[in-house]
Amino acid sequence: MMVRIFTTLMALMMTATLSLAQQGPLRIEITEGVIEPLPFATPDFVAENGSSTEMGTELARVVAADLQNTGLFREIPARAYISNVTDFGSAIQYPDWKAINAQALVTGAVNVSGNSLTVKFRLYDIFSGAELGNGLQFQGTTEGWRRMAHKVSDAVYSRITGEGGYFDSRVVFVSEMGPKNKRQKRLAVMDYDGAGVKYLTDSRSLVLAPRFSPTGDRVLYTSYETGFPRIYVLDVGSVQHRVLESGEGSISFAPRFSPNGQTVVYSQATGSNTDIYTMDISSGRSTRLTSAPSIETAPSYSPDGNSIVFESDRSGAQQLYIMSANGGEAKRISFGQGRYGTPVWSPRGDLVAFTKQSKGRFHIGVMRIDGSEERLLTASFLDEGPTWSPNGRVIMFHRETQGAGGRSTLYSVDITGRNLRPVRTPEGGSDPSWSPLQK
Amino acid sequence: MKLTTKVILMMGTLSLAACTNAGKLGGGAGDGAFDPNAAGNSGVIAGSASDPASTAYFQEAVGDRVTFEVDQSSLSAVGRATLDGQATWLLTNADYTAIIEGHADEQGTREYNIALGNRRADAARSYLVSKGVPSSRMQIVSYGKERPIEICSKEACYAKNRRAVTVLAGGLTG
Repeated sequence: MMVRIFTTLMALMMTATLSLAQQGPLRIEITEGVIEPLPFATPDFVAENGSSTEMGTELARVVAADLQNTGLFREIPARAYISNVTDFGSAIQYPDWKAINAQALVTGAVNVSGNSLTVKFRLYDIFSGAELGNGLQFQGTTEGWRRMAHKVSDAVYSRITGEGGYFDSRVVFVSEMGPKNKRQKRLAVMDYDGAGVKYLTDSRSLVLAPRFSPTGDRVLYTSYETGFPRIYVLDVGSVQHRVLESGEGSISFAPRFSPNGQTVVYSQATGSNTDIYTMDISSGRSTRLTSAPSIETAPSYSPDGNSIVFESDRSGAQQLYIMSANGGEAKRISFGQGRYGTPVWSPRGDLVAFTKQSKGRFHIGVMRIDGSEERLLTASFLDEGPTWSPNGRVIMFHRETQGAGGRSTLYSVDITGRNLRPVRTPEGGSDPSWSPLQK
Repeated sequence: MKLTTKVILMMGTLSLAACTNAGKLGGGAGDGAFDPNAAGNSGVIAGSASDPASTAYFQEAVGDRVTFEVDQSSLSAVGRATLDGQATWLLTNADYTAIIEGHADEQGTREYNIALGNRRADAARSYLVSKGVPSSRMQIVSYGKERPIEICSKEACYAKNRRAVTVLAGGLTG
């Protein structure tokens, strides 16, 4: 029965992938609506022991939104329900749910005691007439109620697709205000779905490209606080920040953490030449990894920490290369028409996401780490800066619109190229970086 | 295009003629943005664009910026002529230091454009050094595509945004 829903979904994913592959690179169109998402129902979670029914409703709404927004699921509206779930423990009326074609049913219960919140859920495969996996219970604070809804969604998603979830995660990004020639930027962090935005810096200094640490507790970014681009590290909890790299007579930018969080890889420009360096965070000792007179920048570690993918214009135009994490000879992996930049290694290790410029358009794309099977997922006037969801299935990036009124917005897209959707933020957004799943 | 340029030049002349206020001295433009009112805030005497030792004169008469072709950092003949003027001025006004800001247009990724802007700023600096300006008086910085002065998404705007701007700091107070 798990097999059944799972197989259907896999078939859907395969179809999407194949239809993209058939069109070949550069002509990828988002095939929204081509597949039929799996219908599910999420009745309001039952409020137990006199807890507020409002919380039960809100929790179910967040779970439904998480699942629906993947594009793999379609929620059946409550007005279609024949029976409802008023007692978390009582038997499910399978025929009633089957009659409205719900293939999956998520039931839940909520228990509030002071500041403490307990959320239980069960997942049912309606057509097999059985529970899928065991019921689970999460405990937290009422303040963190959205996280518990995301944890339920992660468990449901994981059981049905066989893949890790990504809903209980955060995104750090640059919040943007004002016209292009007076753009104000500040760092912000939010839940993956745009909820709970908090600002980490003010807009007095230009800030760029924040990157989460592997545990999500620190953020690396570039700031013009001193008038020159320098790399800073910020503690997300305390919002304390300090300069990490302050080489006089040079500028530094494009930092990212190594997978163990102890090393930063970044770019430094001395004279006209930009190269890639690493720095051991605790000792502050830096090592130069490249020395060509060309531009080497936008480095990103492989998940095992052994390799670095980066961009270089050593061939005459921006292309992607992979080298050892200790430097040395690099192997070019991008060979298509156009320019390739901002490579980011996927958390699974198998793919590299990138920004591609070709014929006046920008694309977000993915390719295997040997450069094969390039797929372009998006196309617009300016798409840039991909970041991976913790499970490697979804990419977030930013899209800037054309002209004097140009504005930057965060978007997400499935790695099949399906389900392109804006991520709502209070102001404009750019340079997203997705955290790992929270513990 | 040509007409617009002429109009702007005329407006510049008018505001120069009209200016009476004491001007700020020594402060750099910061972002290298062209401010048509800057000259209007300068004094007639020291510090105005009519004062050859002033920042305003450097910006208006000498020319504080050079522009570049798409994805290039090599100097054009016009750019070298402008930098010749800058070198002469900097050697005459030896108490000024300068920050040379490199910029790119929006057609490019963020990190690459920072590296490209840095190349442009360094091209201008290296040229000034070759003309005898001590490198100790100059620093370079790159803003990549973060500080456009023109905001349309057309080559007419891009051409002005691909620039290296010499921003003066220090200098005598008048």
